[in-house]
Amino acid sequence: MTNGEIGSSRVKRGLAEMLKGGVIMDVVTAEQARIAEDAGAVAVMALERVPADIRSQGGVARMSDPDLIDQIIASVSIPVMAKARIGHFVEAQVLQSLGVDYIDESEVLSPADYVNHIDKWNFTVPFVCGATNLGEALRRINEGAAMIRSKGEAGTGDVSEATKHIRKITSEINALTSMTKDELYVAAKDLQAPYELVAEIAETGKLPVVLFTAGGVATPADAAMMMQLGADGVFVGSGIFKSGDPAKRAAAIVKATTMYDDPDTIAQVSRGLGEAMVGINVADVPAPHRLSERGW
Amino acid sequence: MSGSTENAGVRVGVLALQGDFREHIAVLRELGSDAVPVRRPAELASVSGLVIPGGESTVMDKLSRIFALREPLVAAIAGGLPVYGTCAGLIMLSDRIVDGIEGQQTLGGLDVTVRRNAFGAQRESFETELQMPVLGDAPMHAVFIRAPVVEAVGERATAIGTLADGRVVAVEQGNLLGTSFHPEVTGDYRFHEYFLAKVRAHSLTA
Repeated sequence: MTNGEIGSSRVKRGLAEMLKGGVIMDVVTAEQARIAEDAGAVAVMALERVPADIRSQGGVARMSDPDLIDQIIASVSIPVMAKARIGHFVEAQVLQSLGVDYIDESEVLSPADYVNHIDKWNFTVPFVCGATNLGEALRRINEGAAMIRSKGEAGTGDVSEATKHIRKITSEINALTSMTKDELYVAAKDLQAPYELVAEIAETGKLPVVLFTAGGVATPADAAMMMQLGADGVFVGSGIFKSGDPAKRAAAIVKATTMYDDPDTIAQVSRGLGEAMVGINVADVPAPHRLSERGW
Repeated sequence: MSGSTENAGVRVGVLALQGDFREHIAVLRELGSDAVPVRRPAELASVSGLVIPGGESTVMDKLSRIFALREPLVAAIAGGLPVYGTCAGLIMLSDRIVDGIEGQQTLGGLDVTVRRNAFGAQRESFETELQMPVLGDAPMHAVFIRAPVVEAVGERATAIGTLADGRVVAVEQGNLLGTSFHPEVTGDYRFHEYFLAKVRAHSLTA
């Protein structure tokens, strides 16, 4: 039975539109997925290890076991996302076959292709991709990404890279809106992005897809700052289930994301959350181990 | 557009706890109304109509309770406030839900039973043309995203849109409207105009 056309850009980008104003949480078990849903997560990211553990344990990080993803899909009613390695189009085919709602082509996993990203137009399921700047975001959109997240530095609990990336993307968008047409040709060359997308953004003043922030968000105030900086929503990875009281912290981050411009509410929800994840300062992470530098 | 002048000064709220509320606000402003986000009871009290947007119904339910909006919303609906819900908003307005999470509540108002995620995962999400007689002859382009369907229409509600397979995806009951799909993302504003006509009529009688 077919009721209409599946897998169109509007349908793929549309799901991300519905996630706006929400928090997407990393989970590694069905139990964590239920805690996330109960706390008000708008979607969960099914993983075998959160980025903090990938970082500390090392080794090659890959797509999760299909059994784990099945268990998580079965345990919640909200959308379930899962990560494929950069360029690993067969992992993406497997995730689509499992019925995940969104695929994250993620720098948190070990890249499978150091030249090419996945051709995301070939899939019915939508993709979210990371970006550190506007050019990178536009290259991903050109490859078919239906949602962008600024990368930050996953698994650190240090929000400074997330701040840098969202500020970079929004300031580059703002710069385009004041350019003349001849300047836009040069901007497209400098951004290494298609002229048509650059011209569209110059006109609309925003990305054609939803922009979330990720990487290092660990507190309600972190989440609210990302929203005030122009993010449409936030991903929280290690920040919840590596903290002292995950259910309470998760619910507090959800509330702060909705009331991001209300300091009284943020103050109130920030009380009594127990220990935040321990965290690593990004400056202490040697350059070759920075995940945000993966992707091109 | 004719709506621009007749809707001038009509203050309409869009529930802005989570979801695609900005798209609804943009459409309602394009039609000339004074559309504002609603996250607090005082903001709700200032509007003469309300849209509940697409998003996650489980999240909207929790946040409406946490931020003390649930009781004023239920009272406003009972008091005849025109309310239009899209997708998650339809779920929020329905009296009964199937496949909700444990403890999930709705605001109620529409005498219908709605099934969440009725089409399955995102890969089953789709767009299609729908006949919608209340909006005229031209079909409406409708986008369904992990959409609910109306499984049972009670005595007080009326089905106003159905899919080719017969499933109900748009309902009306007095001042309440609900659609499984998202007119706010397609550029066809007829459903919002239809809603604003209810808001104007209600404002005159109130």
